Amino acid sequence: MKKAWNKVSSLVTSPFMALVLPYGWSLLFFLIPFFIVLKISFSDLKMGLPPYGPLLEWVEEGVLTIRLNFSNYAFIGTDSLYLLSCLESLLIALLGTIGCLLIGYPMAYGLSKTSPRWRTVLLMLVVLPFWTSFLLRVYAWIGILSPHGFINTLLLKAGIIASPLTLLDTTFATVLGIIYCYLPFMILPLYASLEKIDFTLTEAAYDLGARPFQVFLKVIIPLSFPGIIAGSMLVLIPSVGEFVIPELLGGSQTLMIGKLLWNEFFTNHDWPVASSLAILMLIFLIIPLAIFQQFQERQVRFLDED
Amino acid sequence: MKTRLSPFLKIFLGCGYGFLYLPIFTLIIFSFNASRQITVWQGFSLQWYEALLQDTVLIRSAWNSLQIATCAATLAVILGTLAATALVRFGRFRGRSFFGILATAPLVMPEVITGLSLLLLFVGLEQNFGWPQGRGLLTIIIAHTTLCMAYVTILVRGRLAEMERSLEEAALDLGAHPLKVFMAITLPLISPALISGWLLAFALSLDDLVLASFVAGPGSSTLPMVIFSSIRFGISPKINALATLIITGVAISVLLAGWLMHRKRY
Repeated sequence: MKKAWNKVSSLVTSPFMALVLPYGWSLLFFLIPFFIVLKISFSDLKMGLPPYGPLLEWVEEGVLTIRLNFSNYAFIGTDSLYLLSCLESLLIALLGTIGCLLIGYPMAYGLSKTSPRWRTVLLMLVVLPFWTSFLLRVYAWIGILSPHGFINTLLLKAGIIASPLTLLDTTFATVLGIIYCYLPFMILPLYASLEKIDFTLTEAAYDLGARPFQVFLKVIIPLSFPGIIAGSMLVLIPSVGEFVIPELLGGSQTLMIGKLLWNEFFTNHDWPVASSLAILMLIFLIIPLAIFQQFQERQVRFLDED
Repeated sequence: MKTRLSPFLKIFLGCGYGFLYLPIFTLIIFSFNASRQITVWQGFSLQWYEALLQDTVLIRSAWNSLQIATCAATLAVILGTLAATALVRFGRFRGRSFFGILATAPLVMPEVITGLSLLLLFVGLEQNFGWPQGRGLLTIIIAHTTLCMAYVTILVRGRLAEMERSLEEAALDLGAHPLKVFMAITLPLISPALISGWLLAFALSLDDLVLASFVAGPGSSTLPMVIFSSIRFGISPKINALATLIITGVAISVLLAGWLMHRKRY
């Protein structure tokens, strides 16, 4: 009995548990669920709960058949709504990423140039909005953009416009919301890579007669490239599947795939089609995801060699 | 730094911070407005805060959220720390990069996908094994732990990678059990990363709408779910009052944590 107990306790306290516990958790609650989504995306809609038909069936003893039903994908393929919304999501996410880069890069560059005393405070101010509620930050923009909102009231009072502009419930508002919410995700990796730049290199370039713009283009941008990629992927990938921002700011005309998936699931209760949309979104995201992981790994290898 | 900040960069930084903070300030200002209108100022009032205190649905959901966030953050720190330890300290074992990807993927995965897939898992498990019985706080805790674990893993991994290893090695050489070394030496050394990881996980869990909406059951609505259903139909100053309370609370705790860490370092 004691021997057995010793065996159990040595197993529990062995370093092996550091691998089994967290990765067992990830396998069960992150990886396996994807295969279930894949499975259900091939099954058909049934009344009842759960609203999908079985995929694996025992035909005879020990003979397992897999029924693949492509009708959900055919449905998505024939209804142009879905493909259009996929493209629109990509476009909106891309615009948001470019916006974040255009605002975030000069900010991160400025941050890397400020004195260390100020830098701590300024960096904290970049992170602070990230800690407050995402939902409430999106909500703040409703008050600013709505027809009776902040901007329209201001412009009307100043006599610049005669009737309120339609700002809310537009694609523009969605892009703005994405830029606003994801900006810290862009600034932080950019700052991390800009801060590491050895500025004797830029001085050398200046000494060799380069103009400031040339130095920026040929020295600073290539050296901060890992930050640009990491930041862009951190903004692009989650915003393709964004639900809250297009739902609250985009109105009914902005069709993003995350919103469509949500509606298929919660309004139409069509779980198989929702699953097919998830798979479709994943296919669209595989390339950016691979790029992100590649850079993540390179970063880690860099840390290892230190 | 020898180079001075150019005026262009200064102005840009100013505008950038304005962009980040002006929306938040408008939220706060209009929470004290006497009128229901969001843009017309009609005098100072605390009526929305009073209304907030009487909203039992909101308070119950806030209590749900706090319970979920506490459990999820604690679990995420435990699992994330173990995951990071395995990645950094176990050398180059087979499948390490696979584990690395598995550990950080939830960070970038769109939440609608993670939410849907977890719900389908829970439904499948319940059908085949009878667990979990129905959905509620437990399933939300599991979902949030899965997401927050990724953030903790990255934080702790960075901290472990830059840490001196000599102390651990000395203890191992003197014959200490690896678990004892981990508890007595490694953990205290990485404690700042554990604290910030816990706080980050707590904040993320408190904030999440999408995952919770997918895996919640009847009676387990979280605070973001209640907020979402009320702002879907437009502006409500009561939500502004709630936002002000949340923002103040978060700002105070982040500044306090930053100050404590700053003091410790110097």
